[in-house]
Amino acid sequence: MGFLDRQVSDTQIKLRSRLWLYVISSIILFLLIVPSLIVIPMSFSDSQYLEFPPKNLSLRWYENYFFSWKVENGFNDWMAATRTSLLVAVLTIFVATPIGTLAAYGLTNSSARIRSILFPIMISPMMVPIILVAIGLFYFYVQFNMVNSIPGLVLGHSLVAMPLVLIIVLSALKNYDMNQEKVARSLGASRTRAFIEITLPQIKFSLVSAGLISFLTSFDEIIISLFVAGGDNSTITRSMFLALRDQIDPTIAAISTILIIISSGLLIASQMISGKTRSD
Amino acid sequence: MAVLEHNINEVSLSRLEKRENYTFFGLTVPYLVLVGAMIVIPIGWLFFLSFIGRDGSFSFENYERMINSKAYLRIFLTTFKISLLTTFFCILLGYPLAYFMSQISRKWASLCMIGVLIPFWTSLLVRTYAWLVLLQKKGLINNIAIDLGIITEPIKFVHNTSGTLIGMVHIMLPFLILPLYANMRAIDSHCVKAASSLGATPVRAFWTVFFPLSIPGLLAGSLIVFVLCLGFYVTPAVLGGGRVIMAAMKISSNIELYFSWGAASALGVVLLVVTMIILFIASKLVSLDQLGQRR
Repeated sequence: MGFLDRQVSDTQIKLRSRLWLYVISSIILFLLIVPSLIVIPMSFSDSQYLEFPPKNLSLRWYENYFFSWKVENGFNDWMAATRTSLLVAVLTIFVATPIGTLAAYGLTNSSARIRSILFPIMISPMMVPIILVAIGLFYFYVQFNMVNSIPGLVLGHSLVAMPLVLIIVLSALKNYDMNQEKVARSLGASRTRAFIEITLPQIKFSLVSAGLISFLTSFDEIIISLFVAGGDNSTITRSMFLALRDQIDPTIAAISTILIIISSGLLIASQMISGKTRSD
Repeated sequence: MAVLEHNINEVSLSRLEKRENYTFFGLTVPYLVLVGAMIVIPIGWLFFLSFIGRDGSFSFENYERMINSKAYLRIFLTTFKISLLTTFFCILLGYPLAYFMSQISRKWASLCMIGVLIPFWTSLLVRTYAWLVLLQKKGLINNIAIDLGIITEPIKFVHNTSGTLIGMVHIMLPFLILPLYANMRAIDSHCVKAASSLGATPVRAFWTVFFPLSIPGLLAGSLIVFVLCLGFYVTPAVLGGGRVIMAAMKISSNIELYFSWGAASALGVVLLVVTMIILFIASKLVSLDQLGQRR
Protein backbone atom coordinates (compact mmCIF):
# COMPACT_ATOMS: atom_id res chain seq x y z
CA MET A 1 0.00 0.00 0.00
CA GLY A 2 2.78 2.37 -0.94
CA PHE A 3 0.47 5.00 -2.36
CA LEU A 4 -0.90 5.67 1.11
CA ASP A 5 2.47 7.10 2.09
CA ARG A 6 2.37 9.67 -0.70
CA GLN A 7 2.62 13.21 0.57
CA VAL A 8 -0.59 15.12 -0.13
CA SER A 9 0.23 18.53 1.33
CA ASP A 10 3.11 20.97 1.49
CA THR A 11 3.49 20.11 5.13
CA GLN A 12 4.26 16.45 4.34
CA ILE A 13 0.97 15.03 5.55
CA LYS A 14 0.65 11.52 4.18
CA LEU A 15 -2.36 10.28 2.27
CA ARG A 16 -2.92 7.71 5.03
CA SER A 17 -3.72 10.39 7.58
CA ARG A 18 -5.74 12.43 5.10
CA LEU A 19 -7.78 9.51 3.81
CA TRP A 20 -10.82 10.46 5.88
CA LEU A 21 -10.97 13.84 4.12
CA TYR A 22 -10.93 12.15 0.71
CA VAL A 23 -13.69 9.75 1.77
CA ILE A 24 -15.92 12.46 3.29
CA SER A 25 -15.45 14.76 0.30
CA SER A 26 -16.33 12.00 -2.16
CA ILE A 27 -19.50 11.26 -0.21
CA ILE A 28 -20.51 14.94 -0.17
CA LEU A 29 -19.82 15.28 -3.91
CA PHE A 30 -21.89 12.14 -4.50
CA LEU A 31 -24.74 13.63 -2.47
CA LEU A 32 -24.49 16.85 -4.47
CA ILE A 33 -24.59 15.29 -7.92
CA VAL A 34 -26.57 12.05 -7.79
CA PRO A 35 -29.94 13.14 -6.33
CA SER A 36 -30.62 15.51 -9.21
CA LEU A 37 -29.64 12.91 -11.80
CA ILE A 38 -31.66 10.04 -10.31
CA VAL A 39 -34.83 11.24 -12.02
CA ILE A 40 -33.31 10.40 -15.42
CA PRO A 41 -33.53 6.57 -15.13
CA MET A 42 -36.79 6.89 -13.20
CA SER A 43 -38.41 8.79 -16.02
CA PHE A 44 -38.16 5.67 -18.21
CA SER A 45 -40.10 3.51 -15.75
CA ASP A 46 -43.56 2.44 -16.81
CA SER A 47 -44.87 2.39 -13.25
CA GLN A 48 -46.98 5.10 -11.70
CA TYR A 49 -44.78 4.93 -8.58
CA LEU A 50 -41.43 5.74 -10.19
CA GLU A 51 -39.50 2.76 -8.84
CA PHE A 52 -35.73 2.56 -9.04
CA PRO A 53 -34.27 0.70 -10.81
CA PRO A 54 -37.26 0.68 -13.18
CA LYS A 55 -38.62 -2.86 -13.71
CA ASN A 56 -40.14 -2.20 -17.11
CA LEU A 57 -38.92 0.47 -19.43
CA SER A 58 -41.36 2.69 -21.21
CA LEU A 59 -41.65 6.07 -22.81
CA ARG A 60 -45.19 6.69 -21.63
CA TRP A 61 -44.29 9.74 -19.49
CA TYR A 62 -42.52 11.30 -22.45
CA GLU A 63 -45.61 10.60 -24.56
CA ASN A 64 -47.69 12.27 -21.87
CA TYR A 65 -45.48 15.32 -22.14
CA PHE A 66 -45.12 15.60 -25.89
CA PHE A 67 -48.71 14.75 -26.74
CA SER A 68 -50.32 16.56 -23.82
CA TRP A 69 -52.32 18.71 -26.23
CA LYS A 70 -54.25 15.61 -27.29
CA VAL A 71 -55.57 15.05 -23.77
CA GLU A 72 -58.98 16.52 -23.00
CA ASN A 73 -59.41 19.43 -20.59
CA GLY A 74 -58.47 18.99 -16.98
CA PHE A 75 -54.91 17.97 -17.75
CA ASN A 76 -51.90 20.17 -18.08
CA ASP A 77 -51.09 21.29 -21.57
CA TRP A 78 -47.35 20.80 -21.08
CA MET A 79 -46.49 21.66 -24.66
CA ALA A 80 -48.24 25.04 -24.53
CA ALA A 81 -46.47 25.83 -21.25
CA THR A 82 -43.13 24.83 -22.79
CA ARG A 83 -43.74 27.10 -25.77
CA THR A 84 -44.56 30.01 -23.45
CA SER A 85 -41.44 29.35 -21.38
CA LEU A 86 -39.19 29.19 -24.45
CA LEU A 87 -40.68 32.32 -25.97
CA VAL A 88 -40.39 34.28 -22.71
CA ALA A 89 -36.82 33.05 -22.11
CA VAL A 90 -35.68 34.04 -25.61
CA LEU A 91 -37.31 37.46 -25.32
CA THR A 92 -35.69 37.90 -21.90
CA ILE A 93 -32.26 37.46 -23.53
CA PHE A 94 -33.00 40.36 -25.86
CA VAL A 95 -34.31 42.64 -23.12
CA ALA A 96 -31.93 41.86 -20.24
CA THR A 97 -28.64 41.54 -22.15
CA PRO A 98 -28.65 44.92 -24.00
CA ILE A 99 -30.01 46.88 -21.03
CA GLY A 100 -27.57 45.21 -18.65
CA THR A 101 -24.63 45.69 -21.03
CA LEU A 102 -25.35 49.38 -21.61
CA ALA A 103 -25.63 49.95 -17.87
CA ALA A 104 -22.37 48.08 -17.25
CA TYR A 105 -20.60 50.19 -19.88
CA GLY A 106 -21.99 53.41 -18.43
CA LEU A 107 -21.11 52.35 -14.90
CA THR A 108 -17.52 51.42 -15.83
CA ASN A 109 -16.93 54.87 -17.29
CA SER A 110 -18.62 56.76 -14.46
CA SER A 111 -16.86 58.17 -11.42
CA ALA A 112 -16.35 55.93 -8.40
CA ARG A 113 -18.85 57.98 -6.40
CA ILE A 114 -21.69 57.48 -8.91
CA ARG A 115 -20.77 53.81 -9.18
CA SER A 116 -20.99 53.27 -5.43
CA ILE A 117 -24.47 54.83 -5.39
CA LEU A 118 -25.90 53.14 -8.49
CA PHE A 119 -24.47 49.64 -8.13
CA PRO A 120 -26.41 48.64 -4.98
CA ILE A 121 -29.63 49.96 -6.54
CA MET A 122 -28.94 48.03 -9.71
CA ILE A 123 -28.41 44.68 -8.03
CA SER A 124 -31.42 45.19 -5.74
CA PRO A 125 -33.61 42.73 -7.74
CA MET A 126 -31.18 40.07 -6.57
CA MET A 127 -31.12 41.17 -2.95
CA VAL A 128 -34.82 41.74 -2.26
CA PRO A 129 -36.62 38.46 -1.38
CA ILE A 130 -38.10 37.29 -4.66
CA ILE A 131 -41.56 36.76 -3.17
CA LEU A 132 -41.77 40.51 -2.51
CA VAL A 133 -40.72 41.28 -6.06
CA ALA A 134 -43.41 38.89 -7.25
CA ILE A 135 -46.31 40.33 -5.26
CA GLY A 136 -45.11 43.87 -5.98
CA LEU A 137 -45.14 43.10 -9.70
CA PHE A 138 -48.53 41.43 -9.42
CA TYR A 139 -49.96 44.57 -7.84
CA PHE A 140 -48.26 46.75 -10.45
CA TYR A 141 -49.46 44.62 -13.38
CA VAL A 142 -53.06 44.64 -12.16
CA GLN A 143 -53.10 48.42 -12.63
CA PHE A 144 -51.86 48.13 -16.21
CA ASN A 145 -53.79 45.03 -17.15
CA MET A 146 -50.55 43.11 -17.69
CA VAL A 147 -51.28 40.05 -15.55
CA ASN A 148 -51.10 36.78 -17.54
CA SER A 149 -49.43 38.55 -20.46
CA ILE A 150 -46.19 37.67 -22.25
CA PRO A 151 -44.73 41.21 -21.98
CA GLY A 152 -45.41 41.18 -18.24
CA LEU A 153 -43.55 37.89 -17.85
CA VAL A 154 -40.63 39.04 -20.01
CA LEU A 155 -40.21 42.26 -18.03
CA GLY A 156 -40.44 40.39 -14.72
CA HIS A 157 -37.86 37.83 -15.77
CA SER A 158 -35.60 40.50 -17.26
CA LEU A 159 -35.65 42.25 -13.92
CA VAL A 160 -34.08 39.24 -12.19
CA ALA A 161 -31.72 38.49 -15.10
CA MET A 162 -30.37 42.06 -15.50
CA PRO A 163 -28.21 42.06 -12.33
CA LEU A 164 -26.55 38.85 -13.51
CA VAL A 165 -25.83 40.39 -16.91
CA LEU A 166 -24.53 43.52 -15.19
CA ILE A 167 -22.12 41.56 -12.99
CA ILE A 168 -20.80 39.44 -15.87
CA VAL A 169 -20.26 42.39 -18.24
CA LEU A 170 -18.78 44.58 -15.48
CA SER A 171 -16.16 41.95 -14.73
CA ALA A 172 -15.39 41.60 -18.45
CA LEU A 173 -14.96 45.37 -18.77
CA LYS A 174 -12.73 45.42 -15.70
CA ASN A 175 -10.19 43.32 -17.59
CA TYR A 176 -10.55 45.45 -20.70
CA ASP A 177 -8.30 48.42 -21.39
CA MET A 178 -10.57 51.37 -22.15
CA ASN A 179 -7.58 53.24 -23.66
CA GLN A 180 -8.11 51.22 -26.83
CA GLU A 181 -11.28 53.19 -27.41
CA LYS A 182 -9.37 56.42 -26.88
CA VAL A 183 -6.94 55.33 -29.57
CA ALA A 184 -9.78 54.68 -32.00
CA ARG A 185 -11.35 58.03 -31.19
CA SER A 186 -8.08 59.92 -31.58
CA LEU A 187 -7.99 58.39 -35.05
CA GLY A 188 -11.38 59.90 -35.76
CA ALA A 189 -13.91 57.24 -34.80
CA SER A 190 -17.03 58.33 -32.95
CA ARG A 191 -17.69 57.01 -29.45
CA THR A 192 -20.38 54.63 -30.76
CA ARG A 193 -18.18 53.36 -33.57
CA ALA A 194 -15.25 52.86 -31.19
CA PHE A 195 -17.51 50.84 -28.90
CA ILE A 196 -18.94 48.69 -31.68
CA GLU A 197 -15.69 48.05 -33.54
CA ILE A 198 -13.15 47.90 -30.73
CA THR A 199 -14.82 47.07 -27.41
CA LEU A 200 -17.70 44.85 -28.45
CA PRO A 201 -15.63 42.19 -30.28
CA GLN A 202 -13.43 41.84 -27.20
CA ILE A 203 -16.24 41.28 -24.73
CA LYS A 204 -18.48 39.25 -27.05
CA PHE A 205 -17.97 35.94 -25.21
CA SER A 206 -19.06 37.50 -21.96
CA LEU A 207 -22.14 38.84 -23.71
CA VAL A 208 -22.96 35.36 -24.99
CA SER A 209 -22.61 33.87 -21.53
CA ALA A 210 -24.70 36.73 -20.10
CA GLY A 211 -27.34 35.85 -22.69
CA LEU A 212 -27.22 32.15 -21.74
CA ILE A 213 -27.68 33.01 -18.09
CA SER A 214 -30.60 35.33 -18.91
CA PHE A 215 -32.24 32.47 -20.80
CA LEU A 216 -31.74 30.00 -17.97
CA THR A 217 -32.84 32.48 -15.28
CA SER A 218 -36.08 33.09 -17.13
CA PHE A 219 -36.63 29.44 -18.01
CA ASP A 220 -36.17 28.32 -14.38
CA GLU A 221 -38.02 31.20 -12.75
CA ILE A 222 -40.99 30.03 -10.66
CA ILE A 223 -42.18 32.57 -8.12
CA ILE A 224 -42.75 35.59 -10.38
CA SER A 225 -44.44 33.30 -12.92
CA LEU A 226 -46.63 31.90 -10.16
CA PHE A 227 -48.13 35.34 -9.60
CA VAL A 228 -48.06 37.07 -12.97
CA ALA A 229 -48.53 34.14 -15.38
CA GLY A 230 -51.67 32.13 -15.85
CA GLY A 231 -54.51 31.31 -18.14
CA ASP A 232 -53.16 30.51 -21.56
CA ASN A 233 -49.74 31.81 -20.64
CA SER A 234 -48.62 29.45 -17.88
CA THR A 235 -44.91 28.63 -17.91
CA ILE A 236 -43.50 25.11 -17.65
CA THR A 237 -42.04 25.62 -14.16
CA ARG A 238 -45.30 27.12 -12.93
CA SER A 239 -47.30 24.14 -14.22
CA MET A 240 -44.75 21.76 -12.70
CA PHE A 241 -44.91 23.48 -9.33
CA LEU A 242 -48.70 23.43 -9.25
CA ALA A 243 -48.74 19.76 -10.28
CA LEU A 244 -46.17 18.91 -7.60
CA ARG A 245 -48.15 20.56 -4.85
CA ASP A 246 -51.12 18.36 -5.62
CA GLN A 247 -49.65 14.91 -6.37
CA ILE A 248 -46.59 13.21 -7.82
CA ASP A 249 -47.23 13.05 -11.56
CA PRO A 250 -44.52 10.91 -13.21
CA THR A 251 -44.72 13.12 -16.30
CA ILE A 252 -42.69 15.57 -14.23
CA ALA A 253 -39.80 13.06 -14.17
CA ALA A 254 -39.76 13.12 -17.98
CA ILE A 255 -39.89 16.93 -18.05
CA SER A 256 -37.17 17.09 -15.39
CA THR A 257 -34.93 14.90 -17.53
CA ILE A 258 -35.40 17.24 -20.46
CA LEU A 259 -34.67 20.27 -18.23
CA ILE A 260 -31.50 18.60 -16.91
CA ILE A 261 -30.31 18.02 -20.47
CA ILE A 262 -31.00 21.66 -21.39
CA SER A 263 -29.25 23.10 -18.33
CA SER A 264 -26.20 20.81 -18.58
CA GLY A 265 -25.94 21.75 -22.25
CA LEU A 266 -25.95 25.42 -21.29
CA LEU A 267 -23.45 24.77 -18.47
CA ILE A 268 -21.04 23.07 -20.87
CA ALA A 269 -21.52 25.88 -23.41
CA SER A 270 -20.82 28.57 -20.83
CA GLN A 271 -17.76 26.72 -19.47
CA MET A 272 -16.38 26.48 -23.02
CA ILE A 273 -17.06 30.17 -23.58
CA SER A 274 -15.39 31.21 -20.33
CA GLY A 275 -12.43 29.02 -21.30
CA LYS A 276 -12.26 30.94 -24.58
CA THR A 277 -12.47 34.29 -22.81
CA ARG A 278 -9.45 33.37 -20.74
CA SER A 279 -7.37 32.38 -23.75
CA ASP A 280 -8.18 35.66 -25.53
CA MET B 1 -2.86 86.02 -24.78
CA ALA B 2 -1.42 82.56 -24.43
CA VAL B 3 -2.85 82.25 -20.94
CA LEU B 4 -6.33 83.23 -22.13
CA GLU B 5 -6.35 80.66 -24.94
CA HIS B 6 -5.26 78.05 -22.50
CA ASN B 7 -8.26 78.90 -20.32
CA ILE B 8 -10.73 78.77 -23.17
CA ASN B 9 -9.45 75.37 -24.06
CA GLU B 10 -9.83 74.22 -20.49
CA VAL B 11 -13.41 75.48 -20.26
CA SER B 12 -14.51 73.77 -23.43
CA LEU B 13 -12.72 70.59 -22.43
CA SER B 14 -14.42 70.46 -19.06
CA ARG B 15 -17.74 71.14 -20.78
CA LEU B 16 -17.08 68.20 -23.08
CA GLU B 17 -16.17 66.03 -20.16
CA LYS B 18 -19.39 66.93 -18.38
CA ARG B 19 -21.40 66.11 -21.47
CA GLU B 20 -19.65 62.79 -21.72
CA ASN B 21 -20.44 62.02 -18.09
CA TYR B 22 -24.09 62.71 -18.78
CA THR B 23 -23.97 60.35 -21.75
CA PHE B 24 -22.54 57.58 -19.57
CA PHE B 25 -25.20 58.20 -16.98
CA GLY B 26 -27.75 58.11 -19.80
CA LEU B 27 -26.68 54.57 -20.68
CA THR B 28 -27.74 53.38 -17.25
CA VAL B 29 -31.16 55.08 -17.50
CA PRO B 30 -33.12 52.19 -19.12
CA TYR B 31 -31.86 49.89 -16.39
CA LEU B 32 -32.66 52.36 -13.63
CA VAL B 33 -36.12 53.04 -15.05
CA LEU B 34 -36.97 49.34 -15.04
CA VAL B 35 -35.68 48.85 -11.50
CA GLY B 36 -37.46 52.01 -10.37
CA ALA B 37 -40.78 51.10 -11.97
CA MET B 38 -40.74 47.42 -11.07
CA ILE B 39 -38.93 47.24 -7.73
CA VAL B 40 -38.86 50.63 -6.01
CA ILE B 41 -42.42 51.77 -6.76
CA PRO B 42 -44.19 48.41 -6.16
CA ILE B 43 -42.27 47.75 -2.94
CA GLY B 44 -42.82 51.33 -1.80
CA TRP B 45 -46.49 50.70 -2.43
CA LEU B 46 -46.40 47.49 -0.36
CA PHE B 47 -44.72 49.46 2.41
CA PHE B 48 -47.59 51.95 2.27
CA LEU B 49 -50.21 49.16 2.25
CA SER B 50 -48.69 47.62 5.36
CA PHE B 51 -49.85 50.67 7.32
CA ILE B 52 -53.42 50.56 6.03
CA GLY B 53 -55.92 48.82 8.26
CA ARG B 54 -59.02 46.89 7.32
CA ASP B 55 -61.20 50.02 7.34
CA GLY B 56 -58.84 51.76 4.94
CA SER B 57 -57.34 54.24 7.39
CA PHE B 58 -53.78 54.60 8.60
CA SER B 59 -53.04 52.15 11.39
CA PHE B 60 -50.47 49.80 12.82
CA GLU B 61 -52.96 46.94 13.08
CA ASN B 62 -51.10 44.74 10.60
CA TYR B 63 -47.95 44.96 12.68
CA GLU B 64 -49.87 44.64 15.96
CA ARG B 65 -51.51 41.47 14.71
CA MET B 66 -48.12 40.12 13.80
CA ILE B 67 -46.75 40.77 17.28
CA ASN B 68 -49.80 39.47 19.15
CA SER B 69 -50.81 36.45 17.12
CA LYS B 70 -49.45 33.04 18.00
CA ALA B 71 -49.70 31.92 14.36
CA TYR B 72 -47.28 34.61 13.18
CA LEU B 73 -44.93 33.92 16.05
CA ARG B 74 -44.85 30.29 14.97
CA ILE B 75 -44.13 31.28 11.37
CA PHE B 76 -41.22 33.50 12.44
CA LEU B 77 -39.84 30.77 14.65
CA THR B 78 -40.17 28.16 11.88
CA THR B 79 -38.49 30.46 9.37
CA PHE B 80 -35.57 31.17 11.69
CA LYS B 81 -35.25 27.57 12.85
CA ILE B 82 -35.21 26.15 9.31
CA SER B 83 -32.82 28.85 8.07
CA LEU B 84 -30.42 28.34 10.97
CA LEU B 85 -30.48 24.55 10.69
CA THR B 86 -29.97 24.70 6.91
CA THR B 87 -27.01 27.06 7.38
CA PHE B 88 -25.58 24.77 10.07
CA PHE B 89 -25.78 21.65 7.92
CA CYS B 90 -24.40 23.52 4.91
CA ILE B 91 -21.36 24.50 6.97
CA LEU B 92 -21.02 20.95 8.28
CA LEU B 93 -20.98 19.51 4.73
CA GLY B 94 -19.57 22.45 2.80
CA TYR B 95 -16.51 23.24 4.90
CA PRO B 96 -14.81 19.85 4.51
CA LEU B 97 -15.51 19.78 0.77
CA ALA B 98 -14.26 23.33 0.20
CA TYR B 99 -11.18 22.54 2.32
CA PHE B 100 -10.54 19.38 0.32
CA MET B 101 -10.86 21.29 -2.96
CA SER B 102 -8.44 23.95 -1.76
CA GLN B 103 -5.85 21.28 -0.90
CA ILE B 104 -5.77 19.35 -4.18
CA SER B 105 -4.30 20.57 -7.48
CA ARG B 106 -6.24 23.16 -9.46
CA LYS B 107 -6.95 20.63 -12.21
CA TRP B 108 -8.69 18.20 -9.85
CA ALA B 109 -10.35 21.06 -8.01
CA SER B 110 -11.96 22.35 -11.19
CA LEU B 111 -13.26 18.83 -11.83
CA CYS B 112 -14.84 18.84 -8.37
CA MET B 113 -16.15 22.32 -9.14
CA ILE B 114 -18.23 20.84 -11.95
CA GLY B 115 -19.79 18.61 -9.31
CA VAL B 116 -20.69 21.70 -7.32
CA LEU B 117 -21.95 23.56 -10.38
CA ILE B 118 -24.18 20.78 -11.79
CA PRO B 119 -26.75 21.13 -8.99
CA PHE B 120 -26.28 24.90 -9.15
CA TRP B 121 -27.38 24.93 -12.78
CA THR B 122 -30.09 22.30 -12.49
CA SER B 123 -33.55 23.76 -12.08
CA LEU B 124 -34.52 24.23 -8.47
CA LEU B 125 -37.82 22.55 -9.15
CA VAL B 126 -36.13 19.48 -10.64
CA ARG B 127 -33.96 19.06 -7.56
CA THR B 128 -36.92 19.52 -5.23
CA TYR B 129 -38.87 16.97 -7.26
CA ALA B 130 -35.96 14.52 -7.13
CA TRP B 131 -35.93 14.67 -3.33
CA LEU B 132 -39.68 14.26 -3.22
CA VAL B 133 -39.35 11.05 -5.23
CA LEU B 134 -36.32 9.78 -3.30
CA LEU B 135 -37.72 10.44 0.15
CA GLN B 136 -41.33 9.33 -0.32
CA LYS B 137 -42.70 6.32 1.54
CA LYS B 138 -42.01 3.86 -1.28
CA GLY B 139 -39.01 5.87 -2.40
CA LEU B 140 -35.47 4.71 -3.05
CA ILE B 141 -34.06 5.70 0.33
CA ASN B 142 -36.72 3.88 2.33
CA ASN B 143 -36.42 0.84 0.06
CA ILE B 144 -32.64 0.64 0.47
CA ALA B 145 -32.88 1.08 4.24
CA ILE B 146 -35.47 -1.70 4.45
CA ASP B 147 -33.43 -4.02 2.21
CA LEU B 148 -30.36 -3.46 4.34
CA GLY B 149 -32.38 -4.22 7.45
CA ILE B 150 -31.72 -0.83 9.03
CA ILE B 151 -35.42 -0.16 9.43
CA THR B 152 -38.49 -2.36 9.19
CA GLU B 153 -41.16 0.28 8.61
CA PRO B 154 -40.71 3.05 6.03
CA ILE B 155 -39.83 6.38 7.65
CA LYS B 156 -41.84 9.46 6.73
CA PHE B 157 -39.29 11.84 5.29
CA VAL B 158 -41.39 14.14 3.15
CA HIS B 159 -44.16 16.56 4.05
CA ASN B 160 -42.38 17.47 7.27
CA THR B 161 -39.41 19.42 8.61
CA SER B 162 -36.76 16.79 7.89
CA GLY B 163 -37.68 16.55 4.20
CA THR B 164 -37.68 20.34 3.90
CA LEU B 165 -34.27 20.50 5.55
CA ILE B 166 -32.73 17.80 3.34
CA GLY B 167 -33.93 19.52 0.18
CA MET B 168 -32.88 22.98 1.30
CA VAL B 169 -29.40 21.90 2.38
CA HIS B 170 -28.88 20.28 -1.02
CA ILE B 171 -30.01 23.42 -2.82
CA MET B 172 -28.06 25.88 -0.64
CA LEU B 173 -24.77 23.96 -0.41
CA PRO B 174 -23.21 25.50 -3.59
CA PHE B 175 -23.92 29.01 -2.27
CA LEU B 176 -21.75 28.22 0.74
CA ILE B 177 -19.02 26.35 -1.11
CA LEU B 178 -18.36 28.93 -3.86
CA PRO B 179 -17.31 31.92 -1.67
CA LEU B 180 -15.66 29.65 0.91
CA TYR B 181 -13.56 27.87 -1.71
CA ALA B 182 -12.52 31.19 -3.29
CA ASN B 183 -11.43 32.40 0.12
CA MET B 184 -9.50 29.20 0.95
CA ARG B 185 -7.67 29.23 -2.39
CA ALA B 186 -6.46 32.74 -1.63
CA ILE B 187 -4.93 31.71 1.72
CA ASP B 188 -1.15 31.81 1.47
CA SER B 189 -0.02 28.20 1.95
CA HIS B 190 3.27 29.48 3.36
CA CYS B 191 1.44 30.40 6.56
CA VAL B 192 0.50 26.79 7.23
CA LYS B 193 3.99 25.66 6.20
CA ALA B 194 5.58 28.13 8.60
CA ALA B 195 3.39 26.85 11.42
CA SER B 196 4.41 23.25 10.85
CA SER B 197 8.07 24.09 10.45
CA LEU B 198 7.84 25.70 13.86
CA GLY B 199 6.60 22.40 15.22
CA ALA B 200 2.80 22.64 15.08
CA THR B 201 0.98 19.36 14.53
CA PRO B 202 -1.27 19.30 11.40
CA VAL B 203 -4.35 19.65 13.62
CA ARG B 204 -2.89 22.60 15.50
CA ALA B 205 -1.66 24.27 12.31
CA PHE B 206 -5.16 23.96 10.88
CA TRP B 207 -7.01 25.40 13.88
CA THR B 208 -4.58 28.20 14.72
CA VAL B 209 -3.58 29.26 11.20
CA PHE B 210 -5.83 27.98 8.41
CA PHE B 211 -9.25 28.11 10.06
CA PRO B 212 -9.03 31.76 11.27
CA LEU B 213 -7.94 32.80 7.77
CA SER B 214 -10.97 31.05 6.24
CA ILE B 215 -13.50 32.76 8.53
CA PRO B 216 -14.33 35.67 6.14
CA GLY B 217 -15.33 33.22 3.38
CA LEU B 218 -17.23 31.06 5.85
CA LEU B 219 -19.14 34.08 7.19
CA ALA B 220 -19.93 35.37 3.71
CA GLY B 221 -21.18 31.97 2.56
CA SER B 222 -23.22 31.37 5.72
CA LEU B 223 -24.87 34.79 5.56
CA ILE B 224 -25.83 34.28 1.90
CA VAL B 225 -27.31 30.87 2.70
CA PHE B 226 -29.17 32.24 5.72
CA VAL B 227 -30.63 35.19 3.80
CA LEU B 228 -31.70 33.02 0.85
CA CYS B 229 -33.35 30.58 3.28
CA LEU B 230 -35.35 33.35 4.97
CA GLY B 231 -37.14 34.13 1.70
CA PHE B 232 -37.39 30.55 0.45
CA TYR B 233 -40.67 29.45 -1.02
CA VAL B 234 -40.63 26.56 -3.51
CA THR B 235 -38.78 23.81 -1.64
CA PRO B 236 -40.58 24.17 1.73
CA ALA B 237 -43.90 24.40 -0.13
CA VAL B 238 -43.31 21.11 -1.97
CA LEU B 239 -41.28 19.08 0.54
CA GLY B 240 -43.03 20.50 3.59
CA GLY B 241 -46.39 19.49 2.20
CA GLY B 242 -48.20 22.38 3.92
CA ARG B 243 -46.95 21.44 7.38
CA VAL B 244 -43.85 23.64 7.29
CA ILE B 245 -44.97 27.24 6.85
CA MET B 246 -42.25 29.81 6.28
CA ALA B 247 -42.59 33.58 5.92
CA ALA B 248 -42.63 33.62 2.11
CA MET B 249 -45.39 31.01 2.00
CA LYS B 250 -47.52 32.99 4.45
CA ILE B 251 -47.09 36.12 2.29
CA SER B 252 -48.20 34.17 -0.74
CA SER B 253 -51.22 32.57 0.96
CA ASN B 254 -52.29 35.91 2.46
CA ILE B 255 -52.67 37.15 -1.08
CA GLU B 256 -53.74 34.06 -3.01
CA LEU B 257 -56.29 32.83 -0.46
CA TYR B 258 -57.33 35.80 1.66
CA PHE B 259 -56.55 38.80 -0.60
CA SER B 260 -55.29 40.53 2.51
CA TRP B 261 -52.67 42.84 1.09
CA GLY B 262 -52.09 44.67 4.37
CA ALA B 263 -51.08 41.53 6.27
CA ALA B 264 -48.94 40.25 3.40
CA SER B 265 -47.21 43.62 3.04
CA ALA B 266 -46.44 43.94 6.74
CA LEU B 267 -44.88 40.47 6.78
CA GLY B 268 -43.01 41.36 3.59
CA VAL B 269 -41.65 44.56 5.11
CA VAL B 270 -40.36 42.63 8.14
CA LEU B 271 -38.75 40.04 5.85
CA LEU B 272 -37.20 42.79 3.73
CA VAL B 273 -35.81 44.70 6.73
CA VAL B 274 -34.26 41.57 8.26
CA THR B 275 -32.77 40.62 4.88
CA MET B 276 -31.33 44.09 4.34
CA ILE B 277 -29.75 44.20 7.81
CA ILE B 278 -28.03 40.85 7.23
CA LEU B 279 -26.92 41.84 3.72
CA PHE B 280 -25.56 45.11 5.09
CA ILE B 281 -23.44 43.21 7.61
CA ALA B 282 -22.38 40.82 4.85
CA SER B 283 -21.39 43.68 2.52
CA LYS B 284 -18.98 44.90 5.19
CA LEU B 285 -17.25 41.53 4.97
CA VAL B 286 -17.19 40.88 1.22
CA SER B 287 -17.88 42.85 -1.93
CA LEU B 288 -21.50 42.94 -3.07
CA ASP B 289 -20.97 41.32 -6.46
CA GLN B 290 -19.52 38.26 -4.76
CA LEU B 291 -22.70 38.04 -2.73
CA GLY B 292 -24.67 38.20 -5.91
CA GLN B 293 -23.60 34.86 -7.31
CA ARG B 294 -27.02 33.38 -6.96
CA ARG B 295 -26.42 31.66 -10.18
